Amino acid sequence: MTRLFISRDSTALSLGAELVVNAAQGHAAAKGLNIEIIRNGSRGLYWLEPLIEIETAKGRVAYGPVQPEEVAELFDKGLLEGAEHPLFLGNIEELPYFKNQNRLTFARVGLIDPIDISEYQAHGGYRGLKNALALEPAAIVKHVSDSGLRGRGGAAFPTGIKWNTVLNAPADQKYIVCNADEGDSGTFSDRMIMEGDPFVLIEGMTIAGLAVGATQGYIYLRVEYPHAYTTLNQAIESAYQHQFLGENIQNSGKTFHLEVRRGAGAYICGEETSLLESLEGKRGLVRFKPPLPAIVGLFGKPTIVNNVISLASVPIILDKGGEYYRDFGMGRSRGTLPLQLAGNIKHPGLFEAAFGMTLRELLYDYGGGSASGRPIRAVQVGGPLGAYLHESQFDTPLDYEAFAAISAVLGHGGIVVHDDTVDMAQMARYAMEFCVEESCGKCTPCRIGSTRGVEVIDKIINNEQKNQNAVLLRDLCNTMVSGSLCAMGGMTPIPVLSSLNHFPEDFDLETNQV
Amino acid sequence: MPDYQTQKPTVLEILKNLETLPGNLLPILHEIQDTLGYIPPDAVADIAKFLHLSQAEVHGVITFYHYFRDTPPGKNTIHICRAESCQAMGGKALEDHAKQKLNIDFHETSADNLFSLEKVYCLGNCACSPAITINNEVFGRVTVEKFDQLIATYKEAQQ
Repeated sequence: MTRLFISRDSTALSLGAELVVNAAQGHAAAKGLNIEIIRNGSRGLYWLEPLIEIETAKGRVAYGPVQPEEVAELFDKGLLEGAEHPLFLGNIEELPYFKNQNRLTFARVGLIDPIDISEYQAHGGYRGLKNALALEPAAIVKHVSDSGLRGRGGAAFPTGIKWNTVLNAPADQKYIVCNADEGDSGTFSDRMIMEGDPFVLIEGMTIAGLAVGATQGYIYLRVEYPHAYTTLNQAIESAYQHQFLGENIQNSGKTFHLEVRRGAGAYICGEETSLLESLEGKRGLVRFKPPLPAIVGLFGKPTIVNNVISLASVPIILDKGGEYYRDFGMGRSRGTLPLQLAGNIKHPGLFEAAFGMTLRELLYDYGGGSASGRPIRAVQVGGPLGAYLHESQFDTPLDYEAFAAISAVLGHGGIVVHDDTVDMAQMARYAMEFCVEESCGKCTPCRIGSTRGVEVIDKIINNEQKNQNAVLLRDLCNTMVSGSLCAMGGMTPIPVLSSLNHFPEDFDLETNQV
Repeated sequence: MPDYQTQKPTVLEILKNLETLPGNLLPILHEIQDTLGYIPPDAVADIAKFLHLSQAEVHGVITFYHYFRDTPPGKNTIHICRAESCQAMGGKALEDHAKQKLNIDFHETSADNLFSLEKVYCLGNCACSPAITINNEVFGRVTVEKFDQLIATYKEAQQ
């Protein structure tokens, strides 16, 4: 029996992985070959998907990208033995793109069958939980504090401080909520974890529950991720069967229940208080803070709200200790960040690296430049509310503080590349338009300011009192920043102003500081 | 539109099944839309009564979320991503082509009732933009030609 790996990851499926599986099964049946196809997550080297990996006598080797019609020929030429072929890639882990990563959170993604709990354990899974079960709650929180982990959803708030607040909030019921409403364009690391290694998220949430005394968890998953929904539910069911969820986890007497809830296509529900409203069955209107969700959260109870990657980083911290994780990174950005290369880039994918490498290294050494072959002109980092960076800023190290120093955000680590055909005035307009579409409507500067923003940018584009309208646009942005409760209205000006400041020629403005 | 009286037993059963779930309004709406394809406007009164909410509150929730719809969709629903990554790879041209090809705008259904067209902001498929979904299937690097092929395939499957 030869084991093959073909991914069940959404992006691999979007390129025809299912058809490749069908072709391989059909061919093997016709030729009487004894094969087993494991549906793994993706290794994250997406330009090579659909990828086939095979366990051969020479080790695990890969071929890609494989089109369904090429499958029969690959088999005939000795794919099962790892024979040479133009699509032969050798051991995928030896490619520089993979080898030079620091895969801590993504250690198992693409390697194993994501819903096989015994494989998860065989590759280091549930060691963190085992350690946590032997610790006092405060000691678990201390490990997380020592690791220097900061919220990977984008806000970069120290996870240990949040957990400590919930730990010290007395209540009869507390909750762990995973924010899996990954709505930023250019981001897919949450999806890859949920589809490729869901147990690491389940384990992280269980540890969080033990740490603060919460017995119920919810994963708030965006409805745009149907495959992640399936994988998560399969993994949760298996975790219950194996006593890793439910009452009396691993005979410890501890309880943790977990349930997936679907969002319904509202970007704002990625904002934590809006998410809580949505989980409670209401419109996703942003709440005032304080009180913090850590004190008054879901159903009015103390609640940890953490991003998928934050929670999925917890098992390795509890397995190897806070110091191990903290030893990666630079400055106050400790550990690793799963970066996501997207848009117009030759080698798109997931690149988990310690903080500190420069954007330029990532874009050119690993990303290989633009997909179109044209010069890269603008790069948006950190989602639709992140700044557009100009080529002169590409040497900025990927670090929270270094990005803040150039009025940019690292956010969730999404990087969207645009070549020189991009019209930055249109991108600025789009940023306002997106805010019109997705504002929850609570704050006037966000709800109405975004509509006025579209109009003012249109006037600039149409050459109506251009300079005066540029002044007006800056004033409007200032109002949105100062007068909005959350990041939707408060950060929409970032892509707008960075376009205006770094690419004034696209607005046909003579100077960039009117 | 179908007669609500034929759908009402389904709605009432869903309400009963999810009665004890905390924060159950979104799960109820999902279940109704999964089963019926949309949330019939006449169901609002039943949902509100069952959950002890006002009809305005239920209507407010349904209309807040882009995903919920109050009209029956076509046989297939196409979502086209409009977000930045897809724009960087020709998403706008694809969007224009799709509208022209199907002869409809967003939130409309084609005359043959085969396709409904919706916009979406990010499918998490940004490594292979531009992306669309047809029902629950994701497609990446969708060129104009590939879009036409997909439409032809789904049309064929219908016959």
